[in-house]
Amino acid sequence: MARIRNSYDSLDALTRRGFLVAAAGASALFGFSSGARAAINPANAGGTPSPESAPLFEPTLWYAIDSQGIVTINIIRAEMGQHIGTALARILADELEANWDHVRIVHVDSDPKWGLMVTGGSWSVWQSWPIYSRAGAAGRIALIGQAAKLLGVAPADCQARDSVVTSGAQTISYGDIVKRGKLDRRFDPKELATLPIKPASDRRLVGQKVAALDIPPKINGTARFGIDAKAPGMVYARPKIPPTRNGSKVKSIDDAAARKVKGYLQSLALDDPSDTVPGWVMVIAETYPAAIRAAELVKVDWAPGPTSRVSEADILDHASRQIADPNGGAVLGTGGGNVNAVFGAAKTVLEQTYTTSTVLHFQLEPLNALALEKNGIVEIHTGNQWQSLILPTLAKALSRPVTDIVMKTYLIGGGFGRRLNGDYAVPAALAAMALGKPVKMVLTRADDARFDSVRSPSVQTLRMAFDEGHEVIGMEHHAAAGWPTQVMAPSSMPKTPDGVAYDPFAISGADHWYDVGVQKVRAISNDLANATFRPGWLRSVGPGWTNWALESFMDEAALLARIDPVAFRLKLLTAAGRNAGSAPNSVGGAKRQAEVVRRAADLAGWGATLPKDTALGLATTFGQERDMPTWVACVARVHVERANGKATVEKLTLVVDAGTLVDPEGARAQVEGGALWGLSLALHEGTEFVDGQVKDTNLDTYTPLRIVDAPELDIHFVDSVEMPVGLGEPATTVVGPAIGNAIFRAVGARLRHIPITPAAVRSAIPV
Amino acid sequence: MISFTLNGQAMKVDVDPDTPLLWILRDEIGLTGTKFGCGIGMCGACTVHIGGRATRSCITSMGVVEGADVMTIEGLDPAGAHPVQLAWAALQTPQCGYCQSGQIMQAVALLNDFPSPTDQDIDAVMSGNLCRCMTYTRIRAAIKKASASMGTR
Repeated sequence: MARIRNSYDSLDALTRRGFLVAAAGASALFGFSSGARAAINPANAGGTPSPESAPLFEPTLWYAIDSQGIVTINIIRAEMGQHIGTALARILADELEANWDHVRIVHVDSDPKWGLMVTGGSWSVWQSWPIYSRAGAAGRIALIGQAAKLLGVAPADCQARDSVVTSGAQTISYGDIVKRGKLDRRFDPKELATLPIKPASDRRLVGQKVAALDIPPKINGTARFGIDAKAPGMVYARPKIPPTRNGSKVKSIDDAAARKVKGYLQSLALDDPSDTVPGWVMVIAETYPAAIRAAELVKVDWAPGPTSRVSEADILDHASRQIADPNGGAVLGTGGGNVNAVFGAAKTVLEQTYTTSTVLHFQLEPLNALALEKNGIVEIHTGNQWQSLILPTLAKALSRPVTDIVMKTYLIGGGFGRRLNGDYAVPAALAAMALGKPVKMVLTRADDARFDSVRSPSVQTLRMAFDEGHEVIGMEHHAAAGWPTQVMAPSSMPKTPDGVAYDPFAISGADHWYDVGVQKVRAISNDLANATFRPGWLRSVGPGWTNWALESFMDEAALLARIDPVAFRLKLLTAAGRNAGSAPNSVGGAKRQAEVVRRAADLAGWGATLPKDTALGLATTFGQERDMPTWVACVARVHVERANGKATVEKLTLVVDAGTLVDPEGARAQVEGGALWGLSLALHEGTEFVDGQVKDTNLDTYTPLRIVDAPELDIHFVDSVEMPVGLGEPATTVVGPAIGNAIFRAVGARLRHIPITPAAVRSAIPV
Repeated sequence: MISFTLNGQAMKVDVDPDTPLLWILRDEIGLTGTKFGCGIGMCGACTVHIGGRATRSCITSMGVVEGADVMTIEGLDPAGAHPVQLAWAALQTPQCGYCQSGQIMQAVALLNDFPSPTDQDIDAVMSGNLCRCMTYTRIRAAIKKASASMGTR
């Protein structure tokens, strides 16, 4: 029997899918589609889209109803574990009054007609809610209108429910309406924007439990991730990662030893006009194991970039110097007032500095991309979270118009923000064009770690001014870290009232909802960090450090003010002035944050007597950003072993107010995963830069949380019909400071750095 | 030429015996349910059964697969309805899903050895499988649910 050849059994499905080139303007948004979809259906084996029966009715860009009544909903967000397609489809189907059993979803390939394609910031449900609600309402109105014509009744006498329109004793299904009628109802964007949305009491799908559509293929091995993509005639590539992220140049390549590896083809130094992957060498082979072996044998001599000696301490020291300099940075608008005068007149000033280590994404699916050219279009097959960001970079790298490039959609084996930065698509595309054949690049785990867009290490100094009665009269928060948005999407940075551009994701959280009198929040870009690595948006981004500092500091401030830390917070969450909240996103303001604090404290038994060296610690956040607050409180019950400093988290109690929960089970899953991420980042993860590279590159030394250390979780949601807000990230950042505060209350050790190590706890325990 | 049984079918492959089983399964045979995670046997995403034992295919050379009986996630149950898979679905365990083939294969092996596992048994056996989405509480509950349903079959 001959060697088994690559079997491309699913290739037919792949090529049948074809691709949509840039569609026409607004007229294409409405009316009947050809039915050809460039997309994946995550409910099907291999992601193959479900067939549709012509004719199709497409009342808006976002979905089509076929003559069998099948509703196929277009999802422009990436599926990476949030079951986002299910949630978004529920929003639309609810307003459409569709029968859920007739609903299919497709995660679409990139196309200008979709507008901005980004999946991040915990934004997907919040951003899509008004659009998908109104798209569903538009379809319902159109179908009722057509049904009325077909039945010879007035639209007002018709009711839609479960994909059937009823008028008296007469009924007609959505499928039959589409089959029989030439549906010509059109909705222009202006009209769509004014359509009313159902009152919460009429919701039939939103808020109800549902089985996520993407789960079945994820338990039988047929889910199709980017790393599973293949193409006829493709070769494999593993990169040689240069000694620095930026500025490395290849001086010479010696592949003499690699030539002895069976299947090795060549080593290719990339010429990258976009400067995304400077100094990269791609080791090409017939199989991936051959590429791995050959890459180990290929010797590249580089002229490294200027950061080849930079260490973690250098980056943190630089940040400390930036904070010590009162000039520089971006001062956010937080209501005005003379901070210096208030601090000068204060009876007491509390000042503390907090730090966080470099953290890896360590998404389990290593970075990969398959690139090929077909019919004049460059296809990039990979999971990606921000297609609109990387497409122009790809165009620059390939020196081709952006309309020549399409990002094909795949499931993502863990995003956590790594795939917001699509830099990994560039080397695959360059290699495929240089070789004139499809190239599938896969990074090994160590390659992935060394090429990660890490969460920047950070330094923060917080100050609080108290008057003679221990009342809070002023606060400062200075935060220095690498700024992902400055490095990768500078044009999207907002400006302070003084006109200074800043990365909102690197400071959010510091602009909190506590009433602290005058307030100064200063965000500082650590330029040494930005030069040494490409700072990443890592699950929650800045709140990962700002909330660590803020919520640890609040407990330290409560101690100084001689008040219980829960009572101290509640006293400051008055919902006055700028913290009153506003419609539609933050109705109730800080009152809602106070409520989750109260509930979490009650549920966790705040104040009860616990065993020796065991205590509760509380922290609270507003999730990601003031414009979209998800109110969260967490109580951690932690036991500390004094002898060795080991902290064991026994239980996490979380209360979350995320407004309306579209998919309650999906919401709970995100909070479970987010909370355990927070625990992992607080106690188990972290690396450091050594000679311009991360020190830890695999699980032998980088040690995310395992099941053995997963504590009991007690998660509660506040019943709400307010605007649905984010859930993917908010539970992540509240846990670390809750643990730190619990450690202090258990054994008196105040930790001001994460990750918290047993050695650090032991040495901080007062003797 | 290396002969082995894969999901009940006889296989012969002409490969370097040093090649890890993982890449033969994924790239040559086309069974992509088994995943590449760390490459050093420490994440468990590549877990398959060899002779009924949970084994990390990324560090298992084809040379040692000669004559062995290999089962992957695709061969666990023709309808994807093994009690462990049913429990996984009932509890909506996967998030991104990337590690879940390995988790399920490891859990099936666990239940073969410990039909009624304690939390300690689960922690001891499942701690070799990283879930980066951290679905651990559901994995633990799903294993117990599967155990209960298998006990009453």
